[in-house]
Amino acid sequence: MGADIVSDAGLAEVRGRSRPVAAGSLSGALPKLGFAVYLLALMLPIYWLVNMSLRSNEDITSRLAFWPHHPSLEKYFFILGDPTWTHAFLVSLTYVAINTVISVTVALPAAYAFNRYHFIGDKYLFFWLLSLLMAPAAVYAMPFFNLYYAIGLFDTVWAVALAHCLFNVPVAVWILEGFVAGVPREIDEIAAIDGYSFPRFFIRIFLPLIANGVGVTAFFCFMFSWVEQLLATTLTATDALPFAAVMTRSYSVAGMDWSLLAAAGVLTMIPGAVVIWFVRNHIAKGFALGRV
Amino acid sequence: MQDSLGQNQFFWNGDGWFRDLLNPSTEIGARFADALLRNLAFSLVALLIEIPLGIAIALCLPRRGWTIGPLLVIIALPMLIPWNVVGTIWQIFSRADIGLFGAALTGLGLPYNVTQEPISAWSTIVVIDVWHWTPLVILLVYAGLRAIPDAYYQAARIDAASRWATFVKIELPKLQKVLVIAVLLRFMETFMIYTEPFVVTGGGPGSATTFLSIDLVKIALGQVDLGSAAAMSLVYNLITLTLCWIFFTIMTQLDRRRYA
Repeated sequence: MGADIVSDAGLAEVRGRSRPVAAGSLSGALPKLGFAVYLLALMLPIYWLVNMSLRSNEDITSRLAFWPHHPSLEKYFFILGDPTWTHAFLVSLTYVAINTVISVTVALPAAYAFNRYHFIGDKYLFFWLLSLLMAPAAVYAMPFFNLYYAIGLFDTVWAVALAHCLFNVPVAVWILEGFVAGVPREIDEIAAIDGYSFPRFFIRIFLPLIANGVGVTAFFCFMFSWVEQLLATTLTATDALPFAAVMTRSYSVAGMDWSLLAAAGVLTMIPGAVVIWFVRNHIAKGFALGRV
Repeated sequence: MQDSLGQNQFFWNGDGWFRDLLNPSTEIGARFADALLRNLAFSLVALLIEIPLGIAIALCLPRRGWTIGPLLVIIALPMLIPWNVVGTIWQIFSRADIGLFGAALTGLGLPYNVTQEPISAWSTIVVIDVWHWTPLVILLVYAGLRAIPDAYYQAARIDAASRWATFVKIELPKLQKVLVIAVLLRFMETFMIYTEPFVVTGGGPGSATTFLSIDLVKIALGQVDLGSAAAMSLVYNLITLTLCWIFFTIMTQLDRRRYA
């Protein structure tokens, strides 16, 4: 019967796909127009960033140009050809990846426990997790610095990856708990009756049911860790210098290098875009139950 | 509760800093009350735009088909840009002479000027926040919508429920958990907003965009008034904590009543 849950879920998915009008989404001319306007408004600043990255600094600060009149990829070649930048890019990718894996793995069982079990102070503990997000990262910078310096983690990718867990784990637990709550408890019970061991149930049946949540959580962990700068910059010096730290250099040397910063900004969007492309099917996966 | 007179000498000031801070007739108290109100108004406006807009856009997103991938990527792009670059883009983008946003608004005949006009500066920060963070609400709500079992929609169709009824009776209650997270995350971040006003407006013109965190840094580092600043950060943190707790309790209470 446990297997039926899975196969029925598959069936419902097939049935859902054959339906001509998708349930649950808005259709009609007005929403479509609004949606298009929103997308346009969202894209414009990004277009401006790309536009800036292809122009020279004098050109940017001297006139309004809707498209680059003398486009040049010079800044991109500069970034990609400079080992400081490329190394920093790889460092950032490494600690973000480590952090995402740790956060999601730790948060999954925690979210399940917070939703399914009751214990003294569970609501307060759950809320306390969130309170970690309520102080600016600067508050935690010094303690982390001292700790990592003492145990020799300073200036490694692990330092940043672990420090970012401070805010990513609470976010992940909170988001995942919402999705765990959407799965009826009966599923757990049916699986237990069918003789599934807990780990097997969790991985084979439960995880696919909350795939949307896991997809969104993984992306958010990636994103929050990717754009965080203060801890990443404080906890590293040379070997594990993150991309963001190298980026801030473009301010100080001989005034503001707008064009270089814009090119770096464009490049920083790429990894996240790739991540969301890979989790898109999880995020958009329909929830389909067999028998409950 | 102590203050330093230099050379690491501290003196005891009791609850003096706190009394001054919470009393609007003192200078620091008036400043704090102003910044607090300004910040609350900002958070409220940002939430009132971002949450409904996020839900509406998530409802407009197609449920299946090849367009989902590209659309999700486009929607997620603003969030992936580091804070300092966001500030930099908008610094240029909102200038009337070389930026599209500023040029367009001035072209429409609006008295738009980020560095001179308090209203322009304030609303620019709102626009930046909406542009930057509505995608977070969209993605959360979209994933939440997709997690609603089809059976609910089938039941709604059998009952011939209207689109609005389906939204209010099925989708909204099922989205409640996701919305709690979205509201809390957005509230905390708008309440602690620092980088955007710092880079784009520097807290000005006047004090139009001097939100709490900006004011705090001005007092602590600008005036080296550490006693007041420490009292202010404690009170600031307590306010954040209390407001989040209120949101959390209200939204979970609603849930309990529904299933009682």
